[in-house]
Amino acid sequence: MKENFKKAFTLFLTFLKIGAFTFGGGYAMIPLIQKEVVEKKKWITDEDILEIVAIAESTPGPIAINSATFVGFRVAGFWGAFFATLGVVLPSFVIILIISYILNEFQSIEAVKYAFNGIRAGVLALILKALYTMYKKCPKGLASYIVMAGAFIATAFLNVPILAVIIACALFGLISSYIAKRRAKK
Amino acid sequence: MMALLELFLTFFKIGAFTVGGGYAMLPFIQEEVLAHGWLENSDLINFIAVSESTPGPFAINIATYVGSEVGGILGSVAATLGVVLPSFIIILIVARIYDKFKSSSAVKGVMTGLKPAVIGLIGAAVLSVAETVFAPNGLSVSIFSEIGTYVSLIIFALSAVLAFKKVHPIIIILISAALGIASGYLL
Repeated sequence: MKENFKKAFTLFLTFLKIGAFTFGGGYAMIPLIQKEVVEKKKWITDEDILEIVAIAESTPGPIAINSATFVGFRVAGFWGAFFATLGVVLPSFVIILIISYILNEFQSIEAVKYAFNGIRAGVLALILKALYTMYKKCPKGLASYIVMAGAFIATAFLNVPILAVIIACALFGLISSYIAKRRAKK
Repeated sequence: MMALLELFLTFFKIGAFTVGGGYAMLPFIQEEVLAHGWLENSDLINFIAVSESTPGPFAINIATYVGSEVGGILGSVAATLGVVLPSFIIILIVARIYDKFKSSSAVKGVMTGLKPAVIGLIGAAVLSVAETVFAPNGLSVSIFSEIGTYVSLIIFALSAVLAFKKVHPIIIILISAALGIASGYLL
């Protein structure tokens, strides 16, 4: 018990550091988690990390939170999960809270307005790049393209609520893979 | 009190129903935040740049920011707690039934639908971001006669080239900011 509490506290500090020093969240955190938790603390193995990433990708929510909760649980049970998650969230929370006050003051300055005019065009490029990276990693195939086009048209032009699109696509995936499996059996 | 509950529930929904993290969460966040009138599209895009330049995951950053804008410190606690809680609960469950989860054909099936769906959803988000960037006053023929449109186009093209050459996002944001300031004062 005492041992677990000690571990939970170390988890908190470790994930605090990870949360404070990775820009871009999610995947950017994985190498740092690997270094701290596998190499330094030897709490889990490299294989565990791969499994954790796979789980984090296929469960809802931010990758960083999923990974922190999972690693924490593996190392020290519920309280491990709790303190690892708290640790990874806290730096973001504090930094953004401070920034939100500053941002409102700054945004009325003329130069800052001009800067953000330029920045928005840059952000468009960043999102496009992220979209391309995700597209490359996504499994291709006819069903896949139909879902992509369907989700795009439904949200961009038909104003279908995103929640409805997500649920419909999840069901489509479930049913189509079930049918594919039954066909393969015959 | 109602505002806090609304923040919590909205971000809980976002956290519970978006798979993939990072930009995969952007379309849903965008829809909810605009529908509630919490931010304008341009504020949201500005904040993406802030989030890219500060530590931490986008989902946490945007939840904290929106929460703080709507309801101060308590608002940011409510929104952040909302976006974190579904992950936390789901992972605690999955960690116990890990082997079943890993080999589950239902999970695999759902993912074959969700992965391409996220691509389509982000595609739609890109379209709305592009509209805010190139036609901030609405889509019409007049955007072709405004110099701002061409400035944005040049900054976008340059940023895209840099992004695909794997230049760090913070550098791209700094260059875009500098070009925005320069063109604002010179043109």
